[in-house]
Parts: sequence; C-alpha cells; structure tokens
Amino acid sequence: MPMTCELMQSNDNASASQVDRTSELTEALERRRAEVRRFAAALLALGLALFLSVGLATGIGRMEVGWSAMAAVLLNKLGLAAAPVDRTTEVVIWGIRLSRVVLSALVGASLATAGVVFQGLLLNPLADPFTIGVSTGAAFGVALLVMLGVGGSFLGLSPLPLAALVGALGAMAAVLVLSRDAGRIRKESLILAGIVVSTFLSALISLIKSLDEESLSAIVFWIMGSFSGRGWIHVGFLLPYAAAGFLLAIYHGRELDILALGEEQSHFLGVAVNQVRLKLLLGASLLTAGAVAVSGVIGFVGLVVPHLCRLLAGPSHGRLLVLSAFTGALTLIWADVLARVILASGQELPVGVVTALLGGPFFFYLLKTRQARGMW
Amino acid sequence: MIRAESLELGYGDRLVLAGLDFHVAAGEFVGILGPNGCGKSTLLHALSGLLPPRGGSITVMDQALGALPSRLRAQTLAVVPQSSEVRFPFSCLEIVLMGRYPHRRRLGSLTAEDLLWALRSMRRTTTEHLRDRPVTQVSGGECQRVVMARALAQDPRILLLDEATSSLDVRKKLEIFEILKHLNQARSLTVLCAMHDLNLAALYCRRLMFIKDGRIIRDGPTEAVFTPEILAAVYDTAMEVRWHPLYHRPYAVMLPLTPGAAAPEETATPEVARA
Repeated sequence: MPMTCELMQSNDNASASQVDRTSELTEALERRRAEVRRFAAALLALGLALFLSVGLATGIGRMEVGWSAMAAVLLNKLGLAAAPVDRTTEVVIWGIRLSRVVLSALVGASLATAGVVFQGLLLNPLADPFTIGVSTGAAFGVALLVMLGVGGSFLGLSPLPLAALVGALGAMAAVLVLSRDAGRIRKESLILAGIVVSTFLSALISLIKSLDEESLSAIVFWIMGSFSGRGWIHVGFLLPYAAAGFLLAIYHGRELDILALGEEQSHFLGVAVNQVRLKLLLGASLLTAGAVAVSGVIGFVGLVVPHLCRLLAGPSHGRLLVLSAFTGALTLIWADVLARVILASGQELPVGVVTALLGGPFFFYLLKTRQARGMW
Repeated sequence: MIRAESLELGYGDRLVLAGLDFHVAAGEFVGILGPNGCGKSTLLHALSGLLPPRGGSITVMDQALGALPSRLRAQTLAVVPQSSEVRFPFSCLEIVLMGRYPHRRRLGSLTAEDLLWALRSMRRTTTEHLRDRPVTQVSGGECQRVVMARALAQDPRILLLDEATSSLDVRKKLEIFEILKHLNQARSLTVLCAMHDLNLAALYCRRLMFIKDGRIIRDGPTEAVFTPEILAAVYDTAMEVRWHPLYHRPYAVMLPLTPGAAAPEETATPEVARA
C-alpha cells in the first residue's frame, strides 16, 4: 500500500533518518535530565524549609527561650559543643518542643504519603486514611487496648502501634468488602463505606469511653488528634512503622503509576496486580497506624497534601511520594504550632481541629480549580 | 506459539465459550470475527491471562499461561484494549514508557534504550507530536494510538487487539494495520485481533476465526473462509463477496435486509446457546 511508504521508511531505513533519530533521543534524554534537576532543586528547597521550620517551631512556645540558648542546647545535645546550659531550658527545648516538632513532621509525612498511596491505589481522589475509615480503625484498636489496660512491650515495640495496625487493617478490610460489588470495588461506594465504618467505630470508641471512665481523657485524645504531651518515646514508636511503610510505597512507585491506569491495563503491562496491591495497602496501613498510634486521628493532611503536590509535580508517584512526605511534614509542623499558640488563654487546640479548619476550605478551592482544568 | 485445548470460558455461572481447540503459530495474522456478544473479547481476555479458563488449557510458547510470571508474560504478549480511559494526567510519553515496565530493572533508572523504544513506537503510531500532552487531554482516537504505541514499546512476540481500531478514522485504521502487517512480516510478530470491520479483516488477516453461539464455527485461511455462505451463517445477513482486481483480496458488500431476513432467532440456537 503506497500511502504509508514514507511511514515505513522513516522507521526502518536506518541511514536516512539516523541523524534525526539520535538528535531526538538526545533531546528527550536532555529533557528527562532537566526534569530530574528540577526535582532535585525542589527537594533541596523543601529540605531547607523543613530544617528552618524545625528550628523556628522549636523556638516558638509559651516559655520565652532565646535563639542563642536554644542553639546552645541543640549543639550540646548533638555533641558539637559542651557549653553548660540551664537544665529547665534543656528540658523545654529538647525534651518537650523538639521531640514534638519532629514527631509532628513524621506524622505529617506518614499521613501524606499514605494519602498518595490510597488515592493512587483506589483510583479515588477523595481517598485518604481518614475518609476510608482506616484512621478510625487504628484509633479503635488503640482505644480497645487502652481499655483492656495492656501495657509493656513486645520485641522492643510498643503494643500501641500494633493495636493500631490491627485496627487499621480490620477497618480497611471491612470497607473493601462493603464497597465490593460483583467482584469490583466501586469508587462511589468506597467513600460511603469508609464513612459508615468510620462512624460506627467512632461510636464504639465513645461506648468504650463511657464504659471505662478512667481512660476517658486518653481516648478523647485519639479521636481528636493531638501532639500534646508527646515525646521522643513516641518518635521511637512511629519510626519503624513510618520507615517500613514509606519504603514499601516508594519501592512500588512505578507500579502505582501503572495501577492508576486500572486493573486490566496493569495486568497487560505485567504488574502482578493483586500482590502489589496487597503490599501497597499494607504499606499505607503501616503509615496510618503508626501515625494514629502516636497522635490520634488527624484529618485532611492525607487528602490535601497529595492533591497540592500532584498539581505542582504531576502524577508520577515516585516523585509524588517524596514531595508529599516533605510537604506533609511542613504542614503538620506549622499546624501544630498554630494549635499550640492560637488560643490567647494559653490552652492548646487539638491539632486535628486546625488541619480541618485549614484543610476544608483549601480542599474546596483545589476541587474547584481542578474541575476547571478538567483533571480529577 | 499459542495453543488452546478444550478451552471453556465464562464469568460466574455464565458459560460464554466452550470446546475451543486451536493453535496459532508464530508469525500468523489472525482475525477473530463474530456478531456482538459472541465472546471475542472474552477469548482475548483469556489469551491475555486476565480471565482464568474454567476448563481446558492455554499454553503460550510451550508454557501454561497461568504459570507465567507476570513480567515475563508482558514481555511476550501485549494487549491493546477496546478503550482505555486514563484519569491521571500522565504525559503521553510517560504512558508509552510504561510499556517498558516488564523490561526494566526494579530500581534501575530509565535507559536510553527504553526511551528509544518509546520514541520509535510513538513515531510508528504517528503520535510523536503528543509526547508532552497530558493523556487526559487528547482525543479518544489519539489516546487509542498512544496505547497502541505503549503495546509496541513492550516489544512483544504476540500482540492481541480487541477492537483496537474501531474508534479510528479510515486512514488511521489503515496506518495501524500497515504497521501490524510490517511487524508481522519483518519481525514475525504474531497478531490476533478481534474486529467488526469485515473488509479490514479480509485485507490484512491471513487467517480468520469465526465465533458464534459459544464456539468457533469456522477457522481457516481468509481466502477459503471469507465466503458469502459463511458470512451469511455467522451474521445472519446476506452479503456479496467480491475480489478486488488489483489487490486480489476479497471484500464483502453489504446488502439491504430483505423483509423477513431480520428475524433469525428460530434458525440459530444450537446446543451451546445455554450460555
């Protein structure tokens, strides 16, 4: 057929188009390198912002501490200088504030990356640890454990995150079963099922609370989400869960991209769909469970941060995970600072209130601009 | 290359196809034809490994299809589905690069070879100009060609197409089939395509499989089975078959339905219709 002769030639007659082809390849490679450079620059900027934020957030609080006194404590602790420091200042800066800032950063990073995984995996823009009921499941696990009064540790791990993990996985299984219709998970029913499971478990948490007045304050804490009274020990609880979950997610970043095309096409492209999905759900549950175990249910971070990052960096999940981790950390550091200082009375707000107050309107804005651009 | 033995396919309690036995050798160009809902897509789903058989077996390159590791399967066999909606705004180049997934090392970065494959496949399907466009913003036909490019980037030995060109205009259809013909002849790519366009099938496929009432009713070289009798039996429609004087390929001419010919229900319900 004569009409496609040129088409064939441009493909397979080597010499004629060789020059053209190499230059095209070089150009494409150069573009990719430029993309990588841009990404590295963004990471550098975010890393710097994170470093500064940790410092600033540690300096802010009810007790006035001078920057030089703060620097002295930190340098001392890091073994870089051995200047004598005031004991009270040391406790406030190192034991109370810095640990709390670091914890909020880790929780923010965990929730945001869990949100990226849930959204990509469930093909649902509204999915996040909170909306699909996983956070509340984790909180229920913790509440149950607190009521039963189980303490101690298991292989050096606190039982709290483990209980949270069991609760998270249980809630997720329930949501997936509820939203299943003829073997397929329906997008519309997913969030509904999440809300049903979440509401039901919240009610159970309240029931536990009223049965066991003694642990009332402890349980309220899990539902509202707060970093009040948290310290280095909680950083230790969270760290293994956050690290394992994040590694699982980033290791399967490429599969997440492909899974975003749907189950069928992922299969055609050679992704072992069920296996990879299970691993990713486990990863996201680890992240959520770790975060909820140390800080309770904090909403909106896992929903808004991934959307914001996707808007800025495009849909590729490898990059999205890393950017969301940084952005989530920054977000929650500053949300917690607000929670600490916003009330003139000196009382603290639960940080979950701050994220919902900020995140709600912001999400509405994102939704509107996305609709205008024809993206989800 | 592909062998099916007493294959039985279905969804839930619904049996769609039964008693399929066929062998497709390397380098064949096979068209799968039949009326709507006859099970063409079901057969392709099974051949792609998506739908496990209810009975019988499928072997691909002498290995049971279900036992092939998924990456190895995708290196051998690529699929272009009927339509592929993508909701995330990946650029078209990123979509095509996903075709390299089964060939890439897990944590390895993108190699020049991968990029070369992607660019070449995009040129073949005339989609180079869409490289940086988000796939969410291209037309249905363009998206279909991007997905075609992705399948070519997989560098498969077997290509399955499920009505892959139905949404394209005449020129684009022919272009895609010219590429398939070229790859089929130059690289002995094995092509199986389910299609509705009889004349396109007659023009390019060297073997035709007609499916009706849950089984293969005819399977043979195009010249032998593209006859008015067989077409009439498959589609319950009278058709004239002519030969093009220049290209020596058969083509079918549609004729208006004569009164009474539109009610074929009584004539065509053999035993497998319990499906």
